Amino acid sequence: MDLQLIGMQLLSGAVLGAVLVMTALGFTIIFGMLGVVNFAHGALFMVGAYAGVMVAMQTGSFWFALLVAPIAVGAIGLLIERFLIRPLYSRPPDDPILLTFGLGYVLVEGVRIVFGNDGIPFSTPSALVGVVNLGIGYFPIYRLFVIGVVALILVLLWLGLEKTRFGLIVRAGARDPQIMRVLGVDMRRLWFLVFGLGIGLTALGGVLAAPMRNVSPEMGSIVLAEAFVVTVIGGLGSIAGAVVAGILVGLVVSMTSLFAPEMATISMFALMALVLLIRPQGLFGRASI
Amino acid sequence: MTIQPLEGTSSPEQSRMAIDGLIQVASAWRVPLTVLALSVLPWVLPSKALAVNVLIYGTFAVGYNLLFGYTGLLSFGHAAFFGGGAYLTGMSIVHFGFNWLAALSAGIVGALLLSVVMGVLSIRTRGIYFSMVTLALAQLVYYTALQASSWTGGENGLRGFTVSKIDVAGLRIDFLNPLHKYYVVLVFTALALWLVSRVLNSSFGAVIEAIRENEGRARACGYDVERTKLLSFILSGGICGLAGGLSALHLAIVPLDTLHYHTSGLVVMMTLLGGMGSFFGPFVGALAFLVMEDVLSLWTAHWQLFVGAIFILFVLFLPKGIWGTIMGLGVR
Repeated sequence: MDLQLIGMQLLSGAVLGAVLVMTALGFTIIFGMLGVVNFAHGALFMVGAYAGVMVAMQTGSFWFALLVAPIAVGAIGLLIERFLIRPLYSRPPDDPILLTFGLGYVLVEGVRIVFGNDGIPFSTPSALVGVVNLGIGYFPIYRLFVIGVVALILVLLWLGLEKTRFGLIVRAGARDPQIMRVLGVDMRRLWFLVFGLGIGLTALGGVLAAPMRNVSPEMGSIVLAEAFVVTVIGGLGSIAGAVVAGILVGLVVSMTSLFAPEMATISMFALMALVLLIRPQGLFGRASI
Repeated sequence: MTIQPLEGTSSPEQSRMAIDGLIQVASAWRVPLTVLALSVLPWVLPSKALAVNVLIYGTFAVGYNLLFGYTGLLSFGHAAFFGGGAYLTGMSIVHFGFNWLAALSAGIVGALLLSVVMGVLSIRTRGIYFSMVTLALAQLVYYTALQASSWTGGENGLRGFTVSKIDVAGLRIDFLNPLHKYYVVLVFTALALWLVSRVLNSSFGAVIEAIRENEGRARACGYDVERTKLLSFILSGGICGLAGGLSALHLAIVPLDTLHYHTSGLVVMMTLLGGMGSFFGPFVGALAFLVMEDVLSLWTAHWQLFVGAIFILFVLFLPKGIWGTIMGLGVR
């Protein structure tokens, strides 16, 4: 096995990792801040991809779609929080899981009614078509672009959470909502906004994935499983954990597909099982969750 | 449970006592009563195949309810046990030429083994993790079945094991006759119901409910919470494996989708619809769900939209389900 091939495979593993990080990010943020496990995550990812394709087809601009679709789906997320999730905050933690699971059915079936059962083709935007020579081999430009966008989002997220007053309140709220309420912070408004942000990021993941994955009503079901695997490996609610786990899973899947292609999807779940055996709370998780 | 006085009745004491008495008698005779109600089902429902499905999914939901309703663990991985039981039953006939009873037993044993492995991995995680880990592990089983196509038939599902006649104690039963099939399946459903009822009445049944109500307190009382949860997980998996095996014998095909997490979602919905943590609830839920599916799918191809919406409404407004809500009215 020559080194160049392994080098290329490592790189495409890192790209796959970036996509997986993007897949799990919105899910992790919503869980970390609100304690809500969003089982409609895959469906909302799919809705994001459809929204992106629609905007791009109407306006002819992928860049516009990249901006508008996440905002539009994020707004739907705000409505979901207000009318469906908010009544459940005082209920057992299983109830939001059940509700979002039902919501997933509604979203998938809704998309089927509007756009049909078959997937819709979506090609890579013309500015990002082609390959670039990286010295060890040729690599699709679009995939490098995805890494760039994911890195940008992570930096923005980090700055937002660590350097702003809003981020400070969000972090404190995740740690102890009770104390924040005593201090006079309106937690409901905070959760409302964070949920919208999480869904917006999920939709952005969908738009970015549209040229790489088949855009179909079922595309969310594998996304949901992927998000779970990444989040469980990284540790629930930890953004750093999601990043490390996403890249780790990407590398493992990519290397497995080099040696045993038929085991590629399975390797992701096997890695999760291994982490659960050694460290049940995940790589970055606190033992007390 | 809080007991509040019933308003608007002339003699609240009397009617409450009568209802309480009725409930007590009903719960003492719950297995015979359920079997009795089920034995008239084929004549009530529009089709015999639907009735067989109610039995199979009812058994599935009863097994699932042991874990979700009584132990308080929300698993999204029970498709692995239902599907695993179905696949192993079918594969035992296709690849090894087992007779139907041996194949069904193989399906149950397989589901039990699978639930030991999945249980050991997922019980280690706490609370909200559990739902995600069970779903992911079940997807692992799904993708394994997809890849091992020489054994499982891959995407096309497992075919070629039609059971047409079965011999029971010298008696030859035509398994293609839906009515005969119904009563054969009912025997197994009755056995599963008896087992679950027996488990719930035992001290083990009391411990799993204690864990559901307050895990910390159960632990402080000296119960081995992890072991009890695991045992409940395995029992539940075995019963779901039985349901899966019966479904394989019924359909004479195992579609790959049987292992998909949508199947897990199906049983979650049925259990919640009927009323989790109640003995009759899962069957009421399976019946309600399948009849709803039957009616809606005649009318629209997008019946899942309504299923999802109804499910959301139940979570929001009727979290105790149909049966739980009816019983709540009676108790109050």
